[in-house]
Amino acid sequence: MTWGDQALFIQRTPCCAEVPAWWVQLHAFSVQGLFGKNSEQLTNSSSGLELEGSVRGRRVESPTDNTEELWLLHSNIDAIDKRFVGPLGTIIIKCKDFRIIQLDIPGMEECLNIASSIEALSTLDSITLMYPFFYRPMFEVIEDGWHSFLPEQEFELYSSTISEWRLSYVNKEFSVCPSYPPAVIVPKAIDDDALRKVATFRHGGRFPVLSYYHKKNGMVIMRSGQPLTGTNGRRCKEDEKLINATLRAGKRGYIIDTRPLNIAQQARAKGGGFEQEAHYPQWRRIHKSIDRYHILQESLIKLVESCNDQTQNMDRWLSKLEASNWLTHIKEILTTACLAAQCLDREGASILIHGTEGTDSTLQVTSLAQIILEPRSRTIRGFEALIEREWLQAGHPFQQRCAQSAYCNSKQKWESPVFLLFLDCVWQILRQFPCSFEFNENFLIMLFEHAYASQFGTFLGNNESERCKLKLQQKTMSLWSWVNRPSELSKFTNPLFEANNLVIWPSVAPQSLQLWEGIFLRWNRSSKYLDEAYEEMVNIIEYNKELQAKVNLLRRQLAELETEDGVQESP
Amino acid sequence: MEHIRTTKVEQVKLLDRFSTSNKSLTGTLYLTATHLLFIDAHQKETWILHHHIASVEKLALTTSGCPLVIQCKNFRTVHFIVPRERDCHDIYNSLLQLSKQAKYEDLYAFSYNPKQNDAERLRGWELIDLAEEYKRMGVPNSNWQLSDANREYKICETYPRELYVPRIASKPIIVGSSKFRSKGRFPVLSYYHQSKEAAICRCSQPLSGFSARCLEDEHLLQAISKANPANRYMYVMDTRPRLNAMANRAAGKGYENEDNYSNIRFQFVGIENIHVMRSSLQKLLEVNGTKGLSVNDFYSGLESSGWLRHIKAVMDAAIFLAKAIAAESASVLVHCSDGWDRTSQVCSLGSLLLDPYYRTIRGFMVLIEKDWISFGHKFSERCGHLDGDPKEVSPVFTQFLECVWHLTEQFPQAFEFNEAFLLQIHEHIHSCQFGNFIGNCQKEREELKLKEKTYSLWPFLLDDQKKYLNPLYSSQSQKSAVLEPNTVSFNFKFWRNMYHQFDRTLHPRQSVFNIIMNMNEQNKQLEKDIKDLESITAVSGDRPGGQAESTLTTLGQSDATRPTSC
Repeated sequence: MTWGDQALFIQRTPCCAEVPAWWVQLHAFSVQGLFGKNSEQLTNSSSGLELEGSVRGRRVESPTDNTEELWLLHSNIDAIDKRFVGPLGTIIIKCKDFRIIQLDIPGMEECLNIASSIEALSTLDSITLMYPFFYRPMFEVIEDGWHSFLPEQEFELYSSTISEWRLSYVNKEFSVCPSYPPAVIVPKAIDDDALRKVATFRHGGRFPVLSYYHKKNGMVIMRSGQPLTGTNGRRCKEDEKLINATLRAGKRGYIIDTRPLNIAQQARAKGGGFEQEAHYPQWRRIHKSIDRYHILQESLIKLVESCNDQTQNMDRWLSKLEASNWLTHIKEILTTACLAAQCLDREGASILIHGTEGTDSTLQVTSLAQIILEPRSRTIRGFEALIEREWLQAGHPFQQRCAQSAYCNSKQKWESPVFLLFLDCVWQILRQFPCSFEFNENFLIMLFEHAYASQFGTFLGNNESERCKLKLQQKTMSLWSWVNRPSELSKFTNPLFEANNLVIWPSVAPQSLQLWEGIFLRWNRSSKYLDEAYEEMVNIIEYNKELQAKVNLLRRQLAELETEDGVQESP
Repeated sequence: MEHIRTTKVEQVKLLDRFSTSNKSLTGTLYLTATHLLFIDAHQKETWILHHHIASVEKLALTTSGCPLVIQCKNFRTVHFIVPRERDCHDIYNSLLQLSKQAKYEDLYAFSYNPKQNDAERLRGWELIDLAEEYKRMGVPNSNWQLSDANREYKICETYPRELYVPRIASKPIIVGSSKFRSKGRFPVLSYYHQSKEAAICRCSQPLSGFSARCLEDEHLLQAISKANPANRYMYVMDTRPRLNAMANRAAGKGYENEDNYSNIRFQFVGIENIHVMRSSLQKLLEVNGTKGLSVNDFYSGLESSGWLRHIKAVMDAAIFLAKAIAAESASVLVHCSDGWDRTSQVCSLGSLLLDPYYRTIRGFMVLIEKDWISFGHKFSERCGHLDGDPKEVSPVFTQFLECVWHLTEQFPQAFEFNEAFLLQIHEHIHSCQFGNFIGNCQKEREELKLKEKTYSLWPFLLDDQKKYLNPLYSSQSQKSAVLEPNTVSFNFKFWRNMYHQFDRTLHPRQSVFNIIMNMNEQNKQLEKDIKDLESITAVSGDRPGGQAESTLTTLGQSDATRPTSC
């Protein structure tokens, strides 16, 4: 956003960092993208910038005096740059949702003040000082999202069909596995004591648990951390018993290790490892290579940098797109998910999936396999449940992974766009099966935004244990409480949705994959014509429904008239 | 038929080009005079027109048989395995002969018979009338007139008979200018913008060498400039890269010297020549044909092929042209070397950006007839209709269609037609099923008596119009008449539905577009049903004791209030 030649003055002195403040509020004469598109000149108004201390809703307002406001959550700020040319200061705010905002501020001192306030406010140390703890919803809560997807309810959905499984509370105190939820689904044949033993044999205590039950043939996907075989090939009888309990007599299962073989071998030196054929004779192990952590983070940084450069020629754009490797990661993740789904559906085999910790690539694969296999996970409720189950409760460390985004320069090891890659993969499948999903692209974009910066507590913390300690349920609002209200849902509903009970196999050929423009080019191009076309499409669909209803009504009336005639004619 | 030794081979396998599991269909291969036909076990038929075949290749014998790979000009690639080598050899030789005809008269169009009588056929040819089109643009008028200089193709063989030139340009000036232009292609009107009174003109390069000049040519340019009352200068766009144009000077050709022409603004726009474009497409197809292609190989192949770079260059040139007219009301003269490839691309795309009419189904046909067919784009040579010089083949027209597709992607509501329309036109520039694209210029087409012996494509497309309509088209959005596309690199995407149109496994499994198209059709039917039903209910209601009601809502009310004793 630039302010052109207009002076920008501060309406209120930036509040100091003692008072938690969560929003940057911007008033402007002209609101336009950094690259000068969509510019809309507004007149007769003062422009200003506020760092807001009071708690207010996040929205863009257009009050009567023709000002435009842009509200930006401090936690959405990924990095800020300052520049000075003479007395004119410029602050460039780079957001976690990849947007870049430029503020021109006359007066060096003021500019420095604002910059340091923004910096301080956007890097709060304590989670409990963050906005979700102070946010008060301005909407009526119809359904408390914190109770929408309890593990018990999810298990209930299955329980009629899965007699060989049970709900275990062995982790009630988070003592067996700190990153698991209190309730997990395990084979009935394995008791809690055995689970405790298995936990000691798996990375982070993440013993194999049920991730997905394929109703069609009773086969399952399990997930876990890597086995701690170490260099001397340690084994654990209970572990073997646990996963064998999921096999039918004479049937083989598949272990999908998301790491390449050499990485898995190297892991043994650090106490990790993989399942040895000798100890798991009924299992076939397949290694894939989904990258992790900083490799993904670097990929994102390169991709976003390239998408923000509008001046590069075609060759440079294509070579940078290639060099970012983003779509290669997408292809690899989707391929692995397809493999898992194929083993389950086509081969009729159960699968165990893990990488190292079992909190990143493992979850990408288990959740995408469900998108492919399970129609319910393509509905809005089902997808929310999937995120609850396979990401939040499964212990994907959102707080760490989403602490910074594409503009960060801290080289922390744990920041990584694992969840964004998952959403991108879902988008790729959605593009190939545009009628099979109840939600639309906006739903995925919304989830991306809230994973990185949100007024809701859903994505805070790294696992259920941390969320419990933070008392998020009591102190913050759940994202689902907001999303699942009819007024919001209508924005996220796919007008083309027609329930499709089939397995949907996506194409993973490079020609079939695309850059997710809705995320990566969102701030760099005008989508006016595309939005208008989408509206027109919705109109056609709505009109179709109207006409059909009208025809049905008329037919009914006609039928009634005819029966009346019959009655009159033959008294 | 003398080329066909074997007409039928059984137990032939058709391999899936991209499947990793080596899936194949077994069936029977037939060879007819015009088509190759494969019928698989499920009775599904695959027809391949001989004219569509770009290359046939016999690969090394395998245990399962002799592989035969056929690449088509419409980007279909089929991979057969013929059990016996002898059969494979026969088919291979037949296809080599059948796909490269030596004479125009052997092309499919001369035997194609859609069961129409002569009158119908002639009406088909009269469907697109360029004289009408110039009238629609507003010429002739006080500044522009029809010239009869080329009525007998005496000045320029590759131009049409009817040409529009500035009223003040006398015949000697025209003749003089034509002698100073490559192949006699002197500056003439391509498009007239009525409200701006500005013109797009086209020609070939001047024979200027290092210092030659021609007063008549200078006069003609001045006349074009003066025919635009609003503006004092005109643009001359040389669509070639500067270096190529300079190299041409050594051969006595070249470009306009700004010093010799008054008030021109000269501009190079850097579109590469037909040879660069041919090998670019070749590279692109090689990369995309790879089985198990990685993302990195795909993008590095896309980059090194340069294909999208060339598409962007054509688009940028068209935008420059449209801006000069729309924003500056300046007339523009466009040329390249001969003025029938890049010039056709830029003039037609520029007009398309400026004039919403060309974005309709009929308007697009007119545009192709005008800037491509009548002005002598050498379709037969560029598409390799006959067994000729492979160096003359080039995907210039394909690039034009791709640019239009990119525009439809950026402006989904601005075009009356859809992607299928572009693909169908592309299919037929190579099919030789209709006469429109046969030959290299109008004179040649007249000599071939195409209007008597063949059919025009356009009426057939219009009959099938339903298939080609864009359901999101809004003539409302046309009010913002000039399209201003964004040509930042990331807006250009690989056109999968063109280059992989037959590789269904690479496509989305559900098409939003088809659904909306069907729904639009259904809506029309429903509207009709409602009318019918309403009239019936009105009649049934119009009997003693009942009430005549014709609208839905009142019917609903009367229903509810009807006494139950009835």
